[in-house]
Amino acid sequence: MHHQVTGSSSASNRSDERPVLEITGLRKTFGQREVLKGLNIRLESGICLALLGPNGAGKTTTIRIILGLVVATGGEIKVFGKSIPRNLRKVKYQVGVVPQMDNLDPDLTVLENLLIYARYFRIKKAAARQRAAELLEFFALTNRRDEIIQNLSGGQRRRLLLARALMNRPRLLILDEPTIGLDPQARLLIWERLRHLRKHGTTMLLTSHYMEEVTRLATKVIIIDYGKSIARGSPTEMVERMLGTEIMEFSGPEEKLARLQKALEDCNVSTERLKNRLYVYIKQGCRELDSAAMDFPMVIKRPATLEDLFLKLTGRNLRET
Amino acid sequence: MYQVWFRNFSVWLKHMRASLIGNLGQPLLFLLAMGYGLGRSVPEIEGLSYLQFIAPGLVASSVMYGAAFETTYGSYTRLSTQGTFEAILMTPVSIFELAMGEILWGATKGLIGGIIMLAMLPLFGVMPSPWSAVLVPVLFAEGIIFSAMGMIMTAVASNYDFFNYFTSLVITPLFLFSGIFFSLKTIAGPIRNILELLPLSSVVLLSRVFCYGRLDENILPALANLAVYAIISSWAAIFLLKRRMIK
Repeated sequence: MHHQVTGSSSASNRSDERPVLEITGLRKTFGQREVLKGLNIRLESGICLALLGPNGAGKTTTIRIILGLVVATGGEIKVFGKSIPRNLRKVKYQVGVVPQMDNLDPDLTVLENLLIYARYFRIKKAAARQRAAELLEFFALTNRRDEIIQNLSGGQRRRLLLARALMNRPRLLILDEPTIGLDPQARLLIWERLRHLRKHGTTMLLTSHYMEEVTRLATKVIIIDYGKSIARGSPTEMVERMLGTEIMEFSGPEEKLARLQKALEDCNVSTERLKNRLYVYIKQGCRELDSAAMDFPMVIKRPATLEDLFLKLTGRNLRET
Repeated sequence: MYQVWFRNFSVWLKHMRASLIGNLGQPLLFLLAMGYGLGRSVPEIEGLSYLQFIAPGLVASSVMYGAAFETTYGSYTRLSTQGTFEAILMTPVSIFELAMGEILWGATKGLIGGIIMLAMLPLFGVMPSPWSAVLVPVLFAEGIIFSAMGMIMTAVASNYDFFNYFTSLVITPLFLFSGIFFSLKTIAGPIRNILELLPLSSVVLLSRVFCYGRLDENILPALANLAVYAIISSWAAIFLLKRRMIK
């Protein structure tokens, strides 16, 4: 029965060449603060695109502009080929949102949350009841349907937020940090359900700073920093292209690290020096590296991940907004 | 906008009893204390016993309290801690529909209290005339005014304490100086004109007119006054809520 849960129009509209979302030169300033500085995003049908960036990079602002909750200072947004904010209402009938902040209605039960939400989309009562039953089943919430929201666990709340976002069978599902603050088990269940939706053609726009989440879910990644995209590609491809396949971490005294860094200049690797630490991003194996590894008592060798690329591009300093 | 109204109505149905007692308690106690207690030592005003004189105005005041409290404490909770407004704005519902849905709900809630209060007047020996039916749309318009005023406060509030200004500086003075407890006609000069322009004064006047079927009074200025207040306050509420919610 799970296949019924996915959006209805998404799978059948694969032939539609227009991108689901097209953002060009998006700018936003709050007072003096420039949050978005010409962001470009293109999201094709059936794809899960992740926006990755440190706090304050502009991810949530971008989402809020798409939803009409923030007015852009400049740039152009088209959803399903229609300009925003002019066609906001029309577009929103086909968009589902899981917000970062839990805003389930605490005055209502689980089922009522879905039914009242369906009304905002003018979904007929009988259709809403059927859809709600399907989604509660899909997200393993059927036995909690008459519970009040306060009695749900964090994972159940998140699953209900997802169910709510799917009530209108959206062509575009927007997920703003969908598993924030959840334990690993709860997170796994949500990932599994989201992968199921993606496989059946639901187009998704995801923001996250869980690299594992992005690697598992996203087909395409855009890394955003200071309001601009600084890298894009598929999660594994971009790590290999921009960083390499493996990483070696050397720690030791400064002079020794400096000597190693110099010795590696002829290799097909890139390096990054931190205090008492040297990161070597390996695109191709190299003799100097193997011999150096013997010299250092503390060497870690591991596969390069999206997190390494992210930290390389956005820096290791703490971001506070 | 109906969907927003319906959301609040569904929630209200769950806690109806507590909500009604909260809204009706104060005006009924005033009617008892002032009408029975004080009323015995007060002579007739405008040809009515003191209890009869204050009863229609207290009906109007219950609408004011019900509407104003719903769109301050109630709406502010939905705006701030619950995030309900934002959840609604993520759907096709527009900010205009959200604001008007909330205002119309506040007016409805005020009206429900007003009608129940009106229906209870015979228990106190006050017999409303059949013209009281005309009072229903008047009280609803009153509900819109105070519900919109509450929404204005919600749109600019940064915490619940802010509503103390509204209660102490707007609602309580209106309750005391809009001709519920004394006749504005006995006051001389420009003060009377100012008091008569207050929104609640117009409703108190109309309540007395329709409650007792005294149609010889000129009610057009009061009706016009209500229409102006309703339109301006609703417009300001929508404008300010939009400024608050959409950056």
